[in-house]
Amino acid sequence: MARTVGKAVGKSPGKLPIKASGRSGKKASGKAAGARDRALGLLDKKLVLNMLDLMVKSRALEERLIKVYKTGDAYFWIGAPGEEAFGVPLGLLVDKGHGPAHDFLHLHYRGTPTLVAMGMPMIDSIRLIMNRATDSSTGGRNFANHYCFPKWNVVPVGSPIEVQYSMAVGTAMAQRRRKMKKEKAGVSIVTGGDAGSAEGDFASCMIWSSRPGAELPVYMTVQNNKWGISTNYDSQHGEKHVSDRGKAFGIRTNVVDGNDPIESYFAISQDLEYIRKNTKPVLTEFMVSRLYGHSSASGANRENGECPIERFEKRLVDSKYITTGFVKELWQQYDDESRDAAEKVRAEGVPTAESVWDHIYVGSENADWRKF
Amino acid sequence: MANMAQAIRMALHYGESKLGVTDIFGEDVGAPLGGVFTATQGLKTAWNSPLDERGIVSTAIGLGLAGDRCVAEIQFCDYIFNTIDLLKMAGNTLWCSNGQYNMPIVLMTPVGAGIRGSVYHSHSFDAWATRLPGWKVVMPSTPLDAYGLMISAIKDPNPVLFLKPKALMRIKGEELIPGEPLEEKELKAMIDAPIGDRSKWKPRWPAVGEFEIPIGKGKITREGNDITVVTYGRHVLMCNKVADDLATAGISAEVIDLRSLYPYDWSMIRESVRKTGRVLFVNEDTEVTNFGEHLAYRVTQELFYELLARPRVLAGKNLPGIGLHPNLEEASVPHGHDIEVAIQEVMAEVP
Repeated sequence: MARTVGKAVGKSPGKLPIKASGRSGKKASGKAAGARDRALGLLDKKLVLNMLDLMVKSRALEERLIKVYKTGDAYFWIGAPGEEAFGVPLGLLVDKGHGPAHDFLHLHYRGTPTLVAMGMPMIDSIRLIMNRATDSSTGGRNFANHYCFPKWNVVPVGSPIEVQYSMAVGTAMAQRRRKMKKEKAGVSIVTGGDAGSAEGDFASCMIWSSRPGAELPVYMTVQNNKWGISTNYDSQHGEKHVSDRGKAFGIRTNVVDGNDPIESYFAISQDLEYIRKNTKPVLTEFMVSRLYGHSSASGANRENGECPIERFEKRLVDSKYITTGFVKELWQQYDDESRDAAEKVRAEGVPTAESVWDHIYVGSENADWRKF
Repeated sequence: MANMAQAIRMALHYGESKLGVTDIFGEDVGAPLGGVFTATQGLKTAWNSPLDERGIVSTAIGLGLAGDRCVAEIQFCDYIFNTIDLLKMAGNTLWCSNGQYNMPIVLMTPVGAGIRGSVYHSHSFDAWATRLPGWKVVMPSTPLDAYGLMISAIKDPNPVLFLKPKALMRIKGEELIPGEPLEEKELKAMIDAPIGDRSKWKPRWPAVGEFEIPIGKGKITREGNDITVVTYGRHVLMCNKVADDLATAGISAEVIDLRSLYPYDWSMIRESVRKTGRVLFVNEDTEVTNFGEHLAYRVTQELFYELLARPRVLAGKNLPGIGLHPNLEEASVPHGHDIEVAIQEVMAEVP
């Protein structure tokens, strides 16, 4: 998608002066790098540094979650290392709040960077992976990264992949209804992987959100890390880009270097602006990395792949925004914070056996047939 | 008297005009058809969806997450099976979110045989439905119960599966719905869409009123002392007739219309079985891991020493489908004669 030069601003950044059709890891040097530096200058420096801060914080948290798993304090880890350059800008650009007036977030199980950027304390994520009673998202019932925060319209993350796309149709319908009444309405934002896009629910979202005269404010994003557990993208997908499928439905589509937070920020900002203005869907594919494998099931060890944070740090050091000393301190700060949070959570209570009957029905109305 | 399709239609009208229902949708649910059984004709919030059952269920879930109230339809339950994981998610949303997100949706779908629907318009779903924790499951046998159960389902903050016994959709009731005109012709003229061009037609809704059948409450449709027959849906009518016939032969059968499959009215079953000492569970879903088996198990566990005979389940045969020819259909699901024979067999047992 070609873009044109715009004005330097904060949350409404105008246009990125580069062609945003790149793929992960292919544009880190030479002329392209020079173009990025110009792009850097289009954003407020505070915002740029905030993005780095949140990316490091998110990664430090994920690495703490992995340590928690590896020390036997959790049964399973799945998360987002490698998706920070997409997730953090998304979290910063969300219209955060409760109800259809604000954006809904239908996240997959790699949403930590987005939630960290939205303001989620580290301890909430650690409570989730350690299945504590204090885990507000699930009460100790579900896996890491299966977040739920109604105050921010973060609907429950599920393990079945891609159903979040078709569920977003419903929240978007509620938002469209309000928009048609000239009321404030948000966008239904969906995140998901490239492999899962093979599910029919992905097609459902495109079909339902592009019905003529009833188009929906859905932001379909795909984080293409080129893997579905152990199966690579190229062995299963004949389409050049997942997002190309949107073209058949008249949906605006983009492919973005999701390892570049600046490019991601511009793309997301422009996509959301388009959706808010036109009440129509957008499908954007972000090329990202998967740095610790699919999950703890595949070891949760560092794997090859471009690290978006290292790349961003180098760029900011080269541009004299920060020093290497600053970077080191930043990592130390969040490593300490995550360690302290994990220590605190270790001492917290776990769900009681009796609580399995809580919340089956509203008000914990009896759902146990033995007590009918 | 209204038939069941008209009763459901009036309940949905009440829902959209008084209870905040925002969307009634599914395949052919909106104009011009208004549903393959006409249960959604003329409703102002009814609309046609793509032919995509997974899309229907997940859209309903999304509307529920947004706090809107919807009644979605799967045109026949035979086509609901590819949505099972979504139904599980709707049922576990409140639980998985630690009580933070409830799922106030109603999903209705026609079930059962009895209309010569062949393999893919005759399935039952009651046994499957009761294996979806977090849902409430109801099935009416009369138009008035359909009206009251639908209003209760809409008001309920939990997901409710409203199973429509398709063979009863045209059966008229014996009790008036609150606000229903006395004359059937008048009701038909008011709310039934005309044949042919409907583009300018609008219903004239009667001033129907509030009426709820509490979810979880059954109804004794025939009182008796010798045997308890627990059933629901279209088999209530069959069991009633058999009970009436057997009364002349000196067998006093008590028939319970469960109305709600989950939660179910255990106290009504328990008290009746304590009185009669004999029980037969009747439904048309396939017989292996049938919902009636759960009820029979519970009777055995809790009332064993009060029983005069083994509890029995009469259900559909464990077949891949319902064959179209009447010989095949009638051999597949229980009919009056089967019920009568089963009752007599249970009665013949000597403790």
